Amino acid sequence: MRATTRVYWRLLVAGFRRQSRYRLAALGGLVANSTFGLLKVVILFATVRAGGGAVEGYDVGLMSAYVWISQGLLGSVNLSGRSEMAERVKSGDVAVDFLRPVDVQGAAIATEVGRSLFNLLPRGLPAVLIGALVVGMAMPTHPAPYLLGAVSLLLGIVVAGATVYLIAALGFWLVDTRGLQIFYLAVSGFLAGLFVPIPLFPAWLEALAHATPFPAMLQYPVDVITARVDLAASLGLVGAQLAWLLVIGGLGQLLTRAGRRHLEVQGG
Amino acid sequence: MVEVLDLRTRLRPYRAVLASRVRSQRSYRAGFALDLLSSLLIGLIELAEIWVLFHSVVEIGGLHFTQMLLVFGLAELCYSLADLSVGHCDTLPSYVRAGTLDVFYLRPQPLLLQLITSDISLRRLARVAVGLAALVTGLVLNDIAWNVSAVVLLALAVLSGYAMFAAMFVGAAGMQFFLLDGAEATNAFVYGGRYAATQPASVWGRPIVVVFGFFFPMAFTAFLPAMALLDLPGAEWMPSWLGWCAPLAAVWAWIVALLTWRWGVRHYQGGGG
Amino acid sequence: MEPIIQMTGLGRDFHVRERLRRRKVVAVDDLTVGVEPGEAVGYIGANGAGKSTTIKMLTGILVPTRGEVRTCGLHPVRERRRLARQVGVVFGQRSQLWWDLPVQESFRILAAVHALTGEAERARTGELVEQLEMADFLTTPVRQLSLGQRMRAEVAAALLHSPRLVILDEPTIGLDVLSKQRLREFLVAERRLHGTTLLLTTHDMGDVERLCDRVLVIDRGRLAYDGDLPGLSRTVGAERVLVVDLSEPVPDLLDVPGTRHLASEGHGLRQRLAFDAEATTAARVLADVSRRAEVRDLAVEEPDIEDVVRRIYAARR
Repeated sequence: MRATTRVYWRLLVAGFRRQSRYRLAALGGLVANSTFGLLKVVILFATVRAGGGAVEGYDVGLMSAYVWISQGLLGSVNLSGRSEMAERVKSGDVAVDFLRPVDVQGAAIATEVGRSLFNLLPRGLPAVLIGALVVGMAMPTHPAPYLLGAVSLLLGIVVAGATVYLIAALGFWLVDTRGLQIFYLAVSGFLAGLFVPIPLFPAWLEALAHATPFPAMLQYPVDVITARVDLAASLGLVGAQLAWLLVIGGLGQLLTRAGRRHLEVQGG
Repeated sequence: MVEVLDLRTRLRPYRAVLASRVRSQRSYRAGFALDLLSSLLIGLIELAEIWVLFHSVVEIGGLHFTQMLLVFGLAELCYSLADLSVGHCDTLPSYVRAGTLDVFYLRPQPLLLQLITSDISLRRLARVAVGLAALVTGLVLNDIAWNVSAVVLLALAVLSGYAMFAAMFVGAAGMQFFLLDGAEATNAFVYGGRYAATQPASVWGRPIVVVFGFFFPMAFTAFLPAMALLDLPGAEWMPSWLGWCAPLAAVWAWIVALLTWRWGVRHYQGGGG
Repeated sequence: MEPIIQMTGLGRDFHVRERLRRRKVVAVDDLTVGVEPGEAVGYIGANGAGKSTTIKMLTGILVPTRGEVRTCGLHPVRERRRLARQVGVVFGQRSQLWWDLPVQESFRILAAVHALTGEAERARTGELVEQLEMADFLTTPVRQLSLGQRMRAEVAAALLHSPRLVILDEPTIGLDVLSKQRLREFLVAERRLHGTTLLLTTHDMGDVERLCDRVLVIDRGRLAYDGDLPGLSRTVGAERVLVVDLSEPVPDLLDVPGTRHLASEGHGLRQRLAFDAEATTAARVLADVSRRAEVRDLAVEEPDIEDVVRRIYAARR
């Protein structure tokens, strides 16, 4: 058991290290995310003001925190749908992965999560810092939301990684998953609450969003960190994230096994 | 007549490349249909992002949703037309890595024209349709005093808006000669610019007015012409009569874009690539 | 006649960023070379010696740091578009074809790019298809071609507009023996037929031996040799090898003056002796061998060209 854990830990560290080489790319991403952050701030602040100082519980301080934390997470939570795994399935390199004594799904997600965690350093923290300095934001003053928030954030990153893996695994049967990736890119940001917080949606759309895993990637972690909801509700959100992870992870495991059989029969 | 013939000969290389791109995209039917659908979805979701805001409030920056529809429609139409025809320019780093750019040097046409006409993304027609539908709806639902000058203003706005977005893509390509690995930085003004263009500029603070109002003249693509068309006052530093100046803003955008492109090419030839 | 390539004191520096410091690297320095129309020139040197940089300066992709270059009498950067009509370039590593289109459609587009008339296009395409034996795969998309087929298509694409000067950057890299042979034969024929000037960089010395009547060796950005191939071997004093077949087995010939015994086969029936062409002659060595044993047959092997380049480098260091 310990040996297995170590393998995935190593893979995670390797993903982290590899990402650390793309410094200029990280800087480029930060510039883009911050510009978008400022534009989101002006339109959402205007909305809050038009609503008389608060909309659905969001005042400017909370709205600012929502904008900058979600912008900061953009480099880490995979909302693009692209993944190394998808490339490996397409090129057939995945056959090599099946020869290794490591679970293919676990390995792919561990690497992806390592990459995401690194991005928190050059893209996540600076974005939040820029927001705090330039715009200002309201953050909780006691430690509980931060501790639980760290767990929620990690879960959000893993849920996104597991969902993107699911798309990649469909590549065992589809010729090209690029179309699916673009589809994911189109809906994920919107339903994760990247552009407009989900509580601002009309009731039916909000219900629709909660029926997908996307809010678990972004809206829930931001809600927990900013303590928009109380501790009990925060625990509920983390529970929901865990449930999504179980469902999506289990589905991914099934698809991986079926995909392996498919490869063995079809010969790649 | 001689000049017409000469022009046809000169356009022949570009036509040949573009025609082949169109053929190859149409040949993968199933894939193309899915691409169209995704593109349509992206356009609709971008509209939905604005619409959900108006679920909570009646007006933002002094504009109602129907008025915002006009701003969004103009911006989306112009942007998606530019994206369809020159959007591939901002993937310049992949052209450099694949050596395609060096191959352009070996052909007797200007580099930039070769780059612009090297591809076309027909799937973005779906987004053009979303923009057009939003624009038409906005024009119908709003109280616009239709006369010759309104029609002229609208035509000028669409042409200039298209030119401004196209200039953004070209400028981004020029920048990317310096930023091969950090090309994402140019998203800040290309996609950020598109996002800004769909906003009511009346909510901007002064720094944003300077950046996205004038330097990257995004307010001129949709907001200002729409305000002039609706006969509304505009915003601080940006009276609505500036909507008539969209062509000037387009000229400015192209000056900046061409200088950036030239600067980038010099850098490339200087061996920065 | 005006030279087709004239480089005068040509040089090019690069600035490389190493952590925070910027370091200057001289890629090409003080290159003065003229190439006459109709010549076939091999441009050889190690990786990073400056070959690609030179080609990029000749075609207007890179601006020289110092010195002057004229290609086809034109200034490559300022008159790039006029130059493009007279030069064809084959990059072994990058493609000028459209990967998702059939070969013939790529040719059609390139004909439009170079403004060929319908008649000229048909005639030239027909000629190239026949000589490069491309009829079998004309309708195949480029991405499905084998390496050998793709390279032939690349060469045809570069030569479609009948350029006066053809520059080939590693044209035979990765090709099998037969494909290499075919490509070389085509280039020889093209040159004979149209008087085309060839400049090629290569790691394959067979290319130089079969195609070129002049060799330029570049070492660390500087011209190390300019002349013909035999002259190159003489300059560096590379050893030639005399191979003798004897009528009966004899012990190894270790004491022939001015030679070094390399190997024996068949208990001494065939022996290989290396000698320095500057110090002695093949005739004298043969005479010395004949005194020791009866010679039935003989051959003189020229030095391996890669070895020659290595020796040039060693001598300069």
